[in-house]
Amino acid sequence: MRKRYDTGIKPSEITPESAFVNRRALLTTAVAAGLLPSIMACEAATLPASGDLFANVKKWPGSTTEKANTFEEISSYNNFYEFGTGKSDPAANAHTLKPQPWSVQVSGAAAKTGTFTLEDILKPHDLEERIYRLRCVEAWSMVIPWVGFPLADLLKRFEPTSQAKYVQFLTLADRGQMPGIRYSVLEWPYREGLTIEEAMHPLAFVAVGVYGRVMPNQNGAPIRTVIPWKYGFKSCKSIVRIHFTDTQPATSWNMAAPQEYGFYSNVHPNVDHPRWSQATERRLGGGLFAPRIPTQMFNGYADQVASLYTGLDLVKNY
Amino acid sequence: MTHRFVVVSKVAIWAASLAPLGLLVLQGFGYFDGLGANPVEQILNVCGKTGINLLMLTLCITPIRRSTGINRLVSFRRLLGLFAFFYLTLHFLTYALLDLGLLYPLIYGPTAAGVTPGQQLLADIAERPYITVGFTALMLLIPLAVTSTRGFQRRLGRNWTKLHRLVYVVAVLGLVHYWWQIKSDRDVGEPLFYAIVLAILLGARLQHWLVHAKPAVPASYERVEPPKTHEKPTH
Repeated sequence: MRKRYDTGIKPSEITPESAFVNRRALLTTAVAAGLLPSIMACEAATLPASGDLFANVKKWPGSTTEKANTFEEISSYNNFYEFGTGKSDPAANAHTLKPQPWSVQVSGAAAKTGTFTLEDILKPHDLEERIYRLRCVEAWSMVIPWVGFPLADLLKRFEPTSQAKYVQFLTLADRGQMPGIRYSVLEWPYREGLTIEEAMHPLAFVAVGVYGRVMPNQNGAPIRTVIPWKYGFKSCKSIVRIHFTDTQPATSWNMAAPQEYGFYSNVHPNVDHPRWSQATERRLGGGLFAPRIPTQMFNGYADQVASLYTGLDLVKNY
Repeated sequence: MTHRFVVVSKVAIWAASLAPLGLLVLQGFGYFDGLGANPVEQILNVCGKTGINLLMLTLCITPIRRSTGINRLVSFRRLLGLFAFFYLTLHFLTYALLDLGLLYPLIYGPTAAGVTPGQQLLADIAERPYITVGFTALMLLIPLAVTSTRGFQRRLGRNWTKLHRLVYVVAVLGLVHYWWQIKSDRDVGEPLFYAIVLAILLGARLQHWLVHAKPAVPASYERVEPPKTHEKPTH
């Protein structure tokens, strides 16, 4: 085996999660500023690709034991209309997205608002791997090992006020990085929202990676939400803004087709999409001859989340 | 157009029409990057799209024949139409057998879901407008495919032409089926393209019928008259 350098330390041990990103650019800047001798930068730049693996990712005990989809499946079959409406378009086009440098604007009903760099956002959080089911409103599903941390832990840092009844998330909408923005198939920027109770629920998750690796661009790099008991589109990819508000925020799919996509969009096998049944789903990865499987209430997370909706008519509030 | 040209063209149409199916089969065995993460959807989409493309090509024949006077073009029409029917049938069978799993209860035993695939199929056809419309279109294609032979053309005579005008209804229904599946009302790019093509193809017929005063001579296979020549007989 070829030795690239001889520090005696595995790269995974020396790469903090906030520094995995744009190491080269940072180092180049540091070198240019005379902060680092250039020889060091050269050495660091030859770090193997395993540098893209996160270090110290804990396994979350609540993960599903179902067979996870392959990295290939997860990163080749995506709905991310900013890169095209076809399932393979994001994988083909998302290389133009620049997840570094990245910043997130926090606004609205919170004590600590402003613009935060990705490093600021990630720094205090321990990363964990959570294997969640993902159910798309199109009646297919996957099982995905996300890397990230609870959404509540992030939102609490901004100290939302009592006026913060809802949280809105906005995806980047940059024509230069996202070829699909040219077509107004949805209202750009893509926007999604949750009630504050939903957003603070322990299952609501912020993901920065899959399979222990840095998030592929087509899956919503560098930072996205994952709300496992709701249809996939309720998760917001490549987030650039988090807005706390006292009124129910507009959401892109609801704006596009209000009779088909409501604000809540909880996975519900007995509330059909107007054009197709939601009773069953196609679990991807089973091959050509796999039968559909029954869809579970709240995507199988009913025990944890059903109490959020006590007294709410889920047929009317689809 | 020589006989040889017609034969070569027909071989080419066979090859081109079977190519999408051939590619699907090869992808099914893992070649050409395979069928992707959702193979059933991929087959469904390829068969549906190829069927619509072939249907549009079938509808191109008559306007091109009329405007160019190359009457033997009509000999490609049945072939294209039958290939369209073939792919649209595969499209339906993929949905019924592979997606819904119509026969899976026989293979895997009863499903855990509340409804059987058969009940789901009937419910879809009855309740989901885009499936109702698509299924109707396919059903209407069956008599056209059955009566596409020369024998039926001869036997039915003038009625054959009338019957086969159903293809216009099929094309419109097929397009509606396609249109109603888009997720956002703004995402109409592709179905809109097909709608424009279809409007042009149907418009060409409308224009022909308006120009040629009644009683309109239908464009049936046998009734095609050779283009008139203005040359004087040499003797």
